[in-house]
Amino acid sequence: MNVRADWEVVIGLETHAQLATASKIFSGSSTRFGAPPNAQACAVDLALPGVLPVLNAGAVECAVRFGLAVGATIAPRSVFARKNYFYPDLPKGYQISQYEIPVVQGGSLAIAVDGVEKVVRLTRAHLEEDAGKSLHEDYHGMSGIDLNRAGTPLLEIVTEPDMRSAAEAVAYARALHALVVWLGICDGNMQEGSFRCDANVSVRPRGQAAYGTRCEIKNLNSFRFLERAILHEVDRQIALIEDGGRVVQETRLYDPERDHTRSMRSKEDAMDYRYFPDPDLLPLEISAETVERIRASLPELPAAMRARFTAQYGLPAYDAATLTASRSLARYFEAALTAFGGDPKLVSNWMMGELLSRLNETERDAEAAAVTPDMLAGLLKRIADGTLSGKLAKEVFAILWDEGGSADAIIAARGLAQISDTGALEAIVDEVLAANPKSVEEFRAGKEKAMNALVGQAMKASRGKANPAQVNAILRRKLSG
Amino acid sequence: MYEKSVAELARALDAGTVSAVELASEYLARIERFKGMNAFLDVRPEVTLAQARRADAMRAAGRATALTGVPVAHKDIFVTRDFASTAASRMLDGYMSPFDAAVVENMAAAGMVTLGKVNCDEFAMGSSNENSAYGRVANPWDGNAVPGGSSGGSAAAVAARLAPVATATDTGGSIREPAAFSGITGIKPTYGRASRWGMIAFASSLDQAGVMTQSAEDAALVFNAMLGFDPRDSTSVERAPEDYTRDLATPVAGLTIGVPREFFGKGLQPDVEAAVRAALAEYEKQGARLVDISLPNAELGIPVYYVIAPAECSSNLSRFDGVRYGHRAAHYDDLADMIKRSRAEGFGAEPKRRILIGTYVLSHGYYDAYYLKAQRVRRIIADEFQRAFRECDIIAGPVTTSVAFGFGEKAADPVSMYLSDLYTIPGSLAGLPGMSIPCGFGARNLPVGLQLTANYFEEAKLLGAAHRYQLATDWHRRMPAGIA
Repeated sequence: MNVRADWEVVIGLETHAQLATASKIFSGSSTRFGAPPNAQACAVDLALPGVLPVLNAGAVECAVRFGLAVGATIAPRSVFARKNYFYPDLPKGYQISQYEIPVVQGGSLAIAVDGVEKVVRLTRAHLEEDAGKSLHEDYHGMSGIDLNRAGTPLLEIVTEPDMRSAAEAVAYARALHALVVWLGICDGNMQEGSFRCDANVSVRPRGQAAYGTRCEIKNLNSFRFLERAILHEVDRQIALIEDGGRVVQETRLYDPERDHTRSMRSKEDAMDYRYFPDPDLLPLEISAETVERIRASLPELPAAMRARFTAQYGLPAYDAATLTASRSLARYFEAALTAFGGDPKLVSNWMMGELLSRLNETERDAEAAAVTPDMLAGLLKRIADGTLSGKLAKEVFAILWDEGGSADAIIAARGLAQISDTGALEAIVDEVLAANPKSVEEFRAGKEKAMNALVGQAMKASRGKANPAQVNAILRRKLSG
Repeated sequence: MYEKSVAELARALDAGTVSAVELASEYLARIERFKGMNAFLDVRPEVTLAQARRADAMRAAGRATALTGVPVAHKDIFVTRDFASTAASRMLDGYMSPFDAAVVENMAAAGMVTLGKVNCDEFAMGSSNENSAYGRVANPWDGNAVPGGSSGGSAAAVAARLAPVATATDTGGSIREPAAFSGITGIKPTYGRASRWGMIAFASSLDQAGVMTQSAEDAALVFNAMLGFDPRDSTSVERAPEDYTRDLATPVAGLTIGVPREFFGKGLQPDVEAAVRAALAEYEKQGARLVDISLPNAELGIPVYYVIAPAECSSNLSRFDGVRYGHRAAHYDDLADMIKRSRAEGFGAEPKRRILIGTYVLSHGYYDAYYLKAQRVRRIIADEFQRAFRECDIIAGPVTTSVAFGFGEKAADPVSMYLSDLYTIPGSLAGLPGMSIPCGFGARNLPVGLQLTANYFEEAKLLGAAHRYQLATDWHRRMPAGIA
């Protein structure tokens, strides 16, 4: 990968977030994913003669929630326009979108790359409908058209060209993804196309004020593809310019299988979309009262919660950021902490360790964790009071995850409680000392390592249940005596 | 019964002197007899008679409305489940809609019986009905004259007493002009009164459904069943239902009628002017006050209209691509070619002309100069009407410059055809309710229409003023020779 100090990369992203409404943006059809082709396309979606669009208020609410969360201006009056072009899976021959006056204007999103914070400015976010899909396989040389997706509500979120590396672009995309899921306005499912990015990429000699010619890369439906595509595009552009060529403004498609981008269409054959206000829809008017009602219904946002987690619970910044990566995880943390009532850092450690690795393994959301916040709290209590060693606690966690129940019941049923009884421990230590004269000798000769071996033997003899700190203390007392 | 008005038919049905089935049968027989007029595009007697039987059953069950059993013909711009819906275009040849237009639905709910679908200009684009893919419609008053357009089939059907009422649509004059040319009463309500759900769109910001009847009284009765808020149409206006017959008994004494001087200028034929002036004198005689008003920019209506309407139509007609329904070319190379050929074959000359104009005016670099400027002038024209309505209650004048012209007379010259709507377009651009009522005869003994325009939502006042004129005159009762 090139580390080209003399070039600066400039990136802006356009993200389509599919809004989590039950029905489509201009019709009553369901937006559920995965139905048989055209099972969710009504007369409006099919653009039959005589049909008319009616705006779904739920989609507007989603847009306003987003706008408020990024500190944008909510336009009191915005306009739906028609974007005209012919394509077999575009039933009306135009897409209803917002052009000159979008519903969300401005705003920003904070990101962090390697601990360095940065603010990415948003240009706008506007409501529009998705198109259908053309299916070119299995139709005996013909094309199939599936209009289930036609009319699905989208929020297109556009940034200023504020990102300077693929890593920043990915950080922005991740932060945006987390936010829209946090707000409950998008399910964030990238495989199903619920969240997809187009990247505008250009390069310029470091120090040059004017932007280079940009290319738009489409079809980026994973963070990895986004990163790969940008890295490749940057390489391509720099190589092109260094070879004496010039970048042509065009739309390029990222091909994940070949891991490269290829030209789709150049600016010369860019279509004239003949935008004009859609006469079938009135301008969208949003009153100040509506904005305030929605503002009042917003959840605590990730940035605010992150700050609170460090201030209120004394968590390190890294922990706070990890725990607020999703609303469900943050909710889990606060629930577990409330039930536990002890050290917040202990809760955080267990969530970032055992819980997250199990969630990642099983591809589950914190809401669906097999170990609930109450169950985790029960376990943490037994760690805090010394009943369980760290090692035993991990065993109990595994049993909790796989079989359910409570930490106390598992400890009782399997005799897993740590042995902290001094009499019992003294007996074990005596046995170990008697059986390992060599180690005893070595320790007395000043080999500190020998102590570890002795503690290990004691733990083994107790089948892991001995309290290691106590074993250590008893050993030292007996050996120094 | 065929010569009777809606009001008279409603009374006869109510009194039991005729059944819906008998009435439907009589009209169906006439439609068959006069099919050479080419007013109807789709007639299905079994469907009509089944509806008539249901209407009789409604009445027998005591659930009859004022219009139960009254037959109606629908302009082929309204989609219908039981009749083909073609917009008089080859593009939609034989197209069956899975749903009824809201207007059709409302009238069916009142128990009205559909006689069939009537001819019009293709996608409602035209002023003579010569643009239908299914042939021209004869003017019942003169077989060589046009009935007007685009609602030529609706006008001819009512004029020839093939239906007591027909639905119609008005975008720039498509109800008022054919009503004038065919000697009947036609009214378009305020934009937003009639649901556009199920109306095949031409120019969405202008399209409005209305009716053709023998009289203002009939139109008022039908409006009661036909109009109303519809959540399926975002431009539909939410207002409490009203009784459009409420002003029929109100005398015009004290009413101020504005006469726009710009509507009596160069181009207005003397025969039309004489009939219109006589009608104004009748109003004066009844105690109305005539005032001279000015609509200085009304003459810009035509260029404004021929930017906005084609712009909207170029987009509205994009859905006809041969992919999901409608005409698909038999031979093509690929997907893009299929769309091109299907459209080239499916559309007639006038829709193509307007799609081209509309595509041009919306193009990058031309949008501001044409579309935006046209929208600004449209607002100026609407504002001028509002100023005028501060001085008068109703605006009156001619509907057209001349009586019905002959077939082929203007077909070769689109601009002269476009000028047919000189007096009707300004009201359409403003979205005002307007009507045409018969007020005499001009050259070649062809009917002349008087145009009445009221302010927004004042249909009742408009219908009342028209009715008072019709009580004192009998122009609206005259029937063409040869239809008995």
